[in-house]
Amino acid sequence: MTSSAAIFAIAVLAPLGGSLIAGLFGRIIGDRPAQAITIGLMAAACASAIATLFSGVPQDMGTAVVSLGHWIDAGGFHANWSLRADMLSLSMVAMVTTISLCVHIYSVGYMNHEEMPTYRFFSYLSLFTFAMLMLVTSNDLIQLFFGWEGVGLVSYLLIGYWYDKPSAVAAAIKAFVVNRVADLFFLVGIALLFLQFGSVTYDNIFAVVPAQVGATYHLFGTDWPVFEVIGTLLFIGAMGKSAQLFLHTWLPDAMEGPTPVSALIHAATMVTAGVFLMARMSPLLEFAPGTKTLIVLIGGTTCFFAATVGLVQPDIKRTIAYSTCSQLGYMFMAAGVGVYQASIFHLTTHAFFKALLFLGAGSVIHAIHGEQDMFRMGGLWRKIPFTYAVMWIGSLALAGVFPFAGYWSKDGILEAMWAAQSGPATYGWAMGVVTAFITALYSWRLIFLVFHGTPRDAHLSEHAHEGGIAIVLPLGILGVGAVLAGVLLDRFYIGTAQAQFWQGSIVNGAGAAVMNRMEEVPGLIALAPSIAGLLGIAVAYLAYMARPELPASLARSLRPVYLFLLNKWYFDELYDVLFVRPYRALARILWKGADEGVVEQVPVGLARLTVGTAVQAARTQSGSIAIYAFTMLIGLVVLTTTLLFVH
Amino acid sequence: MNWIIAFPELVLTLCGLVILTVGVVQKKSTNPFAACSMLTIAAFAITGFLVTVSPDGSGYEHVFVNDGFARFMKVLSLIGGALATIMTLSYRGTSGGGRFELPVLILFSTIGTMLMASSDNMMTLFVGLELSSLAIYILCAFDRDSVVSSESGLKYFILGSLASGLLLYGISLTYGYGGTMEYGAIRTVLIQSGGASLGLMLGIVFLIAGLAFKLSAVPFHMWTPDVYQGAPTPVTAYLAGAPKIATFALILRIMAGPFGALAPQWQLLIEMISVLSMVFGSLAAIPQTNIKRLMAYSSIGHMGYALMGLAAATPGGIRGTLVYLTTYLFMNVGVFAGIAAMRRKGHETTDIADLSGLGRTSPGLALMMAIFMFSMLGMPPTAGFFGKLMVFSAAYGAGLYGLLAIGAITSAIGAYYYLRIVKVMYFDASAPAFDTRSPSLAFLSVSMGIVTALFVLVLGPVTSAAQAAASALIG
Repeated sequence: MTSSAAIFAIAVLAPLGGSLIAGLFGRIIGDRPAQAITIGLMAAACASAIATLFSGVPQDMGTAVVSLGHWIDAGGFHANWSLRADMLSLSMVAMVTTISLCVHIYSVGYMNHEEMPTYRFFSYLSLFTFAMLMLVTSNDLIQLFFGWEGVGLVSYLLIGYWYDKPSAVAAAIKAFVVNRVADLFFLVGIALLFLQFGSVTYDNIFAVVPAQVGATYHLFGTDWPVFEVIGTLLFIGAMGKSAQLFLHTWLPDAMEGPTPVSALIHAATMVTAGVFLMARMSPLLEFAPGTKTLIVLIGGTTCFFAATVGLVQPDIKRTIAYSTCSQLGYMFMAAGVGVYQASIFHLTTHAFFKALLFLGAGSVIHAIHGEQDMFRMGGLWRKIPFTYAVMWIGSLALAGVFPFAGYWSKDGILEAMWAAQSGPATYGWAMGVVTAFITALYSWRLIFLVFHGTPRDAHLSEHAHEGGIAIVLPLGILGVGAVLAGVLLDRFYIGTAQAQFWQGSIVNGAGAAVMNRMEEVPGLIALAPSIAGLLGIAVAYLAYMARPELPASLARSLRPVYLFLLNKWYFDELYDVLFVRPYRALARILWKGADEGVVEQVPVGLARLTVGTAVQAARTQSGSIAIYAFTMLIGLVVLTTTLLFVH
Repeated sequence: MNWIIAFPELVLTLCGLVILTVGVVQKKSTNPFAACSMLTIAAFAITGFLVTVSPDGSGYEHVFVNDGFARFMKVLSLIGGALATIMTLSYRGTSGGGRFELPVLILFSTIGTMLMASSDNMMTLFVGLELSSLAIYILCAFDRDSVVSSESGLKYFILGSLASGLLLYGISLTYGYGGTMEYGAIRTVLIQSGGASLGLMLGIVFLIAGLAFKLSAVPFHMWTPDVYQGAPTPVTAYLAGAPKIATFALILRIMAGPFGALAPQWQLLIEMISVLSMVFGSLAAIPQTNIKRLMAYSSIGHMGYALMGLAAATPGGIRGTLVYLTTYLFMNVGVFAGIAAMRRKGHETTDIADLSGLGRTSPGLALMMAIFMFSMLGMPPTAGFFGKLMVFSAAYGAGLYGLLAIGAITSAIGAYYYLRIVKVMYFDASAPAFDTRSPSLAFLSVSMGIVTALFVLVLGPVTSAAQAAASALIG
């Protein structure tokens, strides 16, 4: 193992060490040392990751694999523990460790009012990071699935961290179950990949992909292209993790967890896994045009859907949660037209400003003692000016205003959508532009409601104050990232230097042409998202500052629409009717009818029959010699008769 | 005359007469009970040794035969007799048992069982059976001041007479249609005639009925619960052991020997009896509250399982039956030793409820009883498991799947009432403690417990002895 490989291994494994030490020995060593150790190891991981990213991968290879050991060797099936170092994984590792470090530091300040020891929390945070790092550095689909499930597990643990709160436990279970549904499809996809290619290692699969384009499954009387089937299954898996439409219902509920967890889930770990999977499997997806169309449609719709719902939510964290859902829609759209670079770019910039927004929101919540309803806030900007400033930065980045981070990446995605020049892509572009307007609208709705106007609850805002250095420092770092990430990375991620930067870790088939055309997009089209964003800010100012009575009257006059949005398009209710209730009914039938009625009744009935017969049998013993003798003679007659019949 | 082949029986008879004389000539002031009991046990021991060294052979105009099978059965009978005599020692000084005729009668009954094991002629069969039975009739009513004891003796005598009548009628029919009473000759006749006449077959049915009565196999079992409950406990222990083994010796010998060629005809009858015994034995035991009655039904069920080996009509089946009887003998004596220990202030108590909390008041006895109960239901690795395993596998080998299934089901039902006793002993609120056990009972329950629990150690020798006995019978 060379020194660079060792450094890369530190980046991935240090969080595991932190998690184990804090988790297993936290009770002994105490809270503060546990926090210090996890943060220290996380910082080491972050430094190693950035160092590795700057040194890059060996020029001629494009990919380096650090082998850690064998895992499964069964017949022709091999899976190893290994760390894959290509530019895709390196950039992900650097981003994940940076965000995670900020969240770790922030948690020290945020969790200081907890009554329970918090070593468990820090252990989970580090484990969460480790699982995500295993996911992005996997060299085969099995290790990727390991990380995938690890992320799912720890998200369950963290969302339900306050396990004495029933709503938190319910949200944790919901997140886990919804993810399991998606994981089932993903797992089938992996199994089909193994069947088709005889291997689960990326390089082995990608090497033979072009040769097997024509392969089909014959099922239900039709031929199904293998790559479309596999691609769709993988995409459904990604939909679950990345909360795309139809499998998004867990994401808003996940707000039940502590706010740093929300930041981690939404920015660095968990939801980005789906987008990463699309980029990682790009050599395969490029041969599945049907799947890509599906991705564009789902992504575009999610983008619009989540933004509309976010527009009416009263809860500050839920508003930001829907914005994540919406931004993930952008990333999938880009993947759907084959410009994975743009989706990873947006993923990275989004990580900075979304973590910033969440931690800023956490700072607000922390300042006013746990209140999350924006309609009870107001006028806070004087009390917590630093938070106010970073929320502005985060919102400007989210809305895609030049020169903040979001501008570069969102602009890239929308240009790619336009340049793709196909029906679905144009639909995605339209959705994206409309959503850019709504995004700006709900972002400034949040800012105006929370920070401006008169305090609606004087008691709440009275004692509001900034958090300590542990809260301010990460906000500062992320704020810098939210400003600069776009302008600095644009050239490498999607700009002129992208080919040298990615070094083939992302494959563009048809997308390559789109990449080239992106620069030739007409000026007005390129400006559209910016205009939409500024328009959104103006409308928000009008509605929430200039004429605050307007939204209420609008909600009254358009009550059905308002309720439709407030109830998240009734997805939870729909699923309740479609899945939960029929399943409950079926389970009840099986429980009451099949189990209690049949399975349980059989032994009970047999026992009853036995006892009844037993009492009758014992009753024959009357004590009378005459009856005894008679019985013997009857027996003799029976035996004789039997013999005569047989004879 | 080759008297040497009957030497053990002759010695035991002489011993019996001597012990009887010793008992009679004692002065009134001294109770000869203990002395006679000890002498009887010694006589059993000597006879047992003589049996093991006695040579093969047939004699006295083909009325008596000595072979491996006879020796195996005689040893079991003698062990049964000796263990029952040891148990009677605890009855010294009680109204029911403290008289010297008790061991002497057990001794004479045991001579009868030995004759049964060695019978080579229908006449020996009948004489041996009656010798054994007459002694038992007296034994049952031995506690003559007790109404239930007298009643049990009377009931057993009347029904036993009926059974003897059936048996005798069966012998007459066999003689009438077969022309001989010698086993060997009957076999030859049947093989030569290539089948049996209807009359001879009827004779077999009557024979089976008469012997099934002694086995207390359904539907000839009706006497069993009343007699088991009424008779003094050591007598019940004897009754459930040696006579049943000797009757099995008879039924195995005549079915495998003279009537071996007719197996397809009688197999069905044995199967019926076996099934009925297993089902009735396991069901009727469930509502019982008296442990001696419970053991009566248990014994009915066990005879059903043992008959399974005969129903298979193979050497493996006979071997299975022999091993089954061996294990049954030991665990049965152990249980009755435990029952005999159930005394409060000198009075026998036989309700199952009296065992409540025995696990706390008398842990040693409770442990032994638990071992016997697990063995009775056939739990590995206790003795009962191996017996059951062998007869079940023999039935499987003979293709008697229905019989096998019923055996498995009734075993499961039987587990209920055996385990109920364990539950009562260990989980119910404690009843008052029993009187201190006499040394003989303590010796019996502990030694039988050890044999039952560690039977696997002697399984090999026992199985090979049973194998030798079975091959002596079938050849």
